[in-house]
Amino acid sequence: MNREEIINTVKEFLSEEFEVDKAKIQPDANLQETLDLDSLDYVDLVVVIEENFGFKVTGEDFVGITTFDDFYTLVEKKLEEK
Amino acid sequence: MENRVVITGLGIYSCLGENLNEVRDSLFQGKSGIVLDEIRKEIGFRSALTGMVKDPDLTSFLSRRQRIGMHQPAMYAYMATKEAVENAGLDIDFLEKTETGLIYGNDSTAASVGETIDKIREKKDTTLVGSGAIFQNMNCTVNMNISTIFKLKGINFTLSAACASGSHSIGMGYLLIKQGLQERVICGGAQEINPTAMGSFDGLSVFSIKESTPTKASKPFDRDRDGLIPSGGAATVILESYESAIKRGAPILGELIGYGFSSNGDHLSNPNLDGQNRSLNMALKQANILADKIDYVNAHATSTPAGDSIEAQAIYDVFGDKVAVSSTKSMTGHECWMAGASEIVYSMLMMNNDFIAPNINFENPDEISAKINIIAETKQQEINYFLSNSFGFGGTNSSLIIKKFNK
Repeated sequence: MNREEIINTVKEFLSEEFEVDKAKIQPDANLQETLDLDSLDYVDLVVVIEENFGFKVTGEDFVGITTFDDFYTLVEKKLEEK
Repeated sequence: MENRVVITGLGIYSCLGENLNEVRDSLFQGKSGIVLDEIRKEIGFRSALTGMVKDPDLTSFLSRRQRIGMHQPAMYAYMATKEAVENAGLDIDFLEKTETGLIYGNDSTAASVGETIDKIREKKDTTLVGSGAIFQNMNCTVNMNISTIFKLKGINFTLSAACASGSHSIGMGYLLIKQGLQERVICGGAQEINPTAMGSFDGLSVFSIKESTPTKASKPFDRDRDGLIPSGGAATVILESYESAIKRGAPILGELIGYGFSSNGDHLSNPNLDGQNRSLNMALKQANILADKIDYVNAHATSTPAGDSIEAQAIYDVFGDKVAVSSTKSMTGHECWMAGASEIVYSMLMMNNDFIAPNINFENPDEISAKINIIAETKQQEINYFLSNSFGFGGTNSSLIIKKFNK
């Protein structure tokens, strides 16, 4: 899966899961603020990532993830490790 | 001084309709909500008969975070409570600034628990069940969800008492208001309708197997009854002190004047005449009225051979042969944890529209039911006082008496 495909997939499932307009999911936008994530929502973020990419992320993986761009890079890295 | 306790809001989501008007019409028409659910046969049920309600689409009412902890009990309870809050003239702004309690009857969350366990076994991971599972799985799911959605600030707990849960929830709300501890309590009962919740109950072989005629299968008090039919949904009853209702100009729909209760202390599932009589007599004593004041008894009768006979005898012992009796379970099936609350809503609809809903499918009495006045066809009649019975597994009994409101 190339980066563009990752971006499209992520936009699709995040907008559906967190009921956010896809247009708001921009590379430099803040992931937590855009998706309005609270502590419980991070659990569901783990679930939708696993459902769509087949790997499980941990709290440590999210250290340093601020923007969607950071998140796409994390997904890229995890997919390469699979 | 004790407070008078009035009813200011009602809401219903049941197999007879998704709101008060639909349900009133179904009751008047003697319409059954029972269907054959083929999936139950495929998964090994002895009887595939059930009441049926659809899962409501809450996306236009609630945010994702508000919905995620809800499975059937909470979803149904939301629909019933939304209607009750609206017709009580309440809104979230008011509820947030005042003290309103919530005591809701519920006694299972089987489907969500099953789905959670299946997921953990499949994934071998607990995080992957998602954040909503725990809030769906706990028996207090209705209270957790409804109290946070409606911003309630008063008493907040779930009441679990088998098929008397809904009735006791109203009884508890009544006592708290009567004693001056709460001004207003949202009460009710919820019952999930999925097969998972009812498999072990079906396993007792107490469900009707008249599968070729679903709408005729529930026959409370009839000689040829062969068992109950599970059902579900939710019903909400808003109780309020008379002073509070008057102060805010709320509609007053009726007055709750008596709550009787007892425990059989006997068998897990068999009914008990002494326990039922004690509950009925306690309700009358609390209401400070004689038995002949009661115009209508909404019976618990579920269409089981033993249960209906014991109740018919109890009604005869306490009220004699004149009082009008019907079991709305002939139309709804047994709404279990919800029944005690839904049957208050059904009886309130009758009282406020001057009719008695029929005990449909009552064709031939047995020796005991022949002694009481069972209403088999819709009857236009004024109701000034009614009593509603609820009896549950474990021998828990509850009887409520409601009076037409007079200043």
